[in-house]
Amino acid sequence: MSSSSSLVAMKKVVHQLRFEASINRVKVSQAAADLQQFCIQNATQDPLLTGVSSSTNPFRPQKVCSFL
Amino acid sequence: MGEMEQLRKEAESLKDQITAARKAVQDTTLQEAAAGITVVGRVQLKTRKTLRGHLAKIYAMHWAVDANLCVSASQDGKLIVWDTITTNKVNAIPLKSSWVMTCAYAPSGNLVACGGLDNMCSIYNLKGKDGNVKVMRELAAHTGYLSCCRFLSDSEIITSSGDCTCVLWDIETGTQKTVFAGHQGDCMSLAVSPDFKFFISGACDFTAKLWDIREGVCRQTFGGHESDINAIGFFPNGNAVITGSDDATCKLYDLRADQELITYQDSSIMCGVTSLAPSLSGRLILAGYDDFNVNIWDSLKSERVCWQVMTTE
Repeated sequence: MSSSSSLVAMKKVVHQLRFEASINRVKVSQAAADLQQFCIQNATQDPLLTGVSSSTNPFRPQKVCSFL
Repeated sequence: MGEMEQLRKEAESLKDQITAARKAVQDTTLQEAAAGITVVGRVQLKTRKTLRGHLAKIYAMHWAVDANLCVSASQDGKLIVWDTITTNKVNAIPLKSSWVMTCAYAPSGNLVACGGLDNMCSIYNLKGKDGNVKVMRELAAHTGYLSCCRFLSDSEIITSSGDCTCVLWDIETGTQKTVFAGHQGDCMSLAVSPDFKFFISGACDFTAKLWDIREGVCRQTFGGHESDINAIGFFPNGNAVITGSDDATCKLYDLRADQELITYQDSSIMCGVTSLAPSLSGRLILAGYDDFNVNIWDSLKSERVCWQVMTTE
């Protein structure tokens, strides 16, 4: 690789790092609290946590119709 | 000091700055914050349907938005669209190249896409006038394999490739709108944020990157993994990213705190993670491993949740 193209590449790396360094960061306590709150608030909508009743379960075994 | 040497020093200094800034907001850990919550109890699962029809390894699948239909891609050279309630095959689409590695269902339900070692992303129209499913576009420009693709709409799709880039395509014209370059290794997986403004990519450079779709820039880079990241997904609220790696761990990174919050690992697990998905509330993370097992993790407690398959009603 020629020295000028590696210079260009390195400049891009530095530019990107400057950009990533400049973002605002929220405290972990706030982030953690928000994650927990989301989980708790949506727990009732999560079938893996609540289970699914047969009447609302689209994958329940289909009742077979038969001629009497 | 030469310019190259100066730039190198500046890069190192910026990396130290980022590390320090991340530490500065680390007033607690997720584990401490979640100490008062009890681990999720046993999850009971029942196998409801088995979708049979593929003749070789299935590499990928993707649900349609209606959570009724899904598409799967197999190296038998077929894409199959399944009605998961009836187990009927709605479409069986023969592929030009059987070396398929990924597939995707468009949110509208009108299109599916796939790609692999042909380095292309092929778009198929499921709702063509004469009822036949045909190739609508072949998006070719990647110089490496297609590892993942996800539709933003019927007119835009994002792809990740072994050529270390991700690309936003205009499906109508078949051209690249934006090339997202920056990863230093094969891009293995991507996921789009719930608001469609961002996407995340996981790569063989052991990092995950958050990209702003419209601005075309990488906003954040997350390290910490010790091997390739094979699988990636958004936490359902869009504020966190979950990764699965060949280093046998999954990690959760918070986007607003710009750092890893927790690692899901166990000394007894020694093989790579190949796929993952969070449950609807985000409380559970299901991860598939190279030893053919699935582990279910309590996302807040970083403990494995016991699960069992019920064989009786």
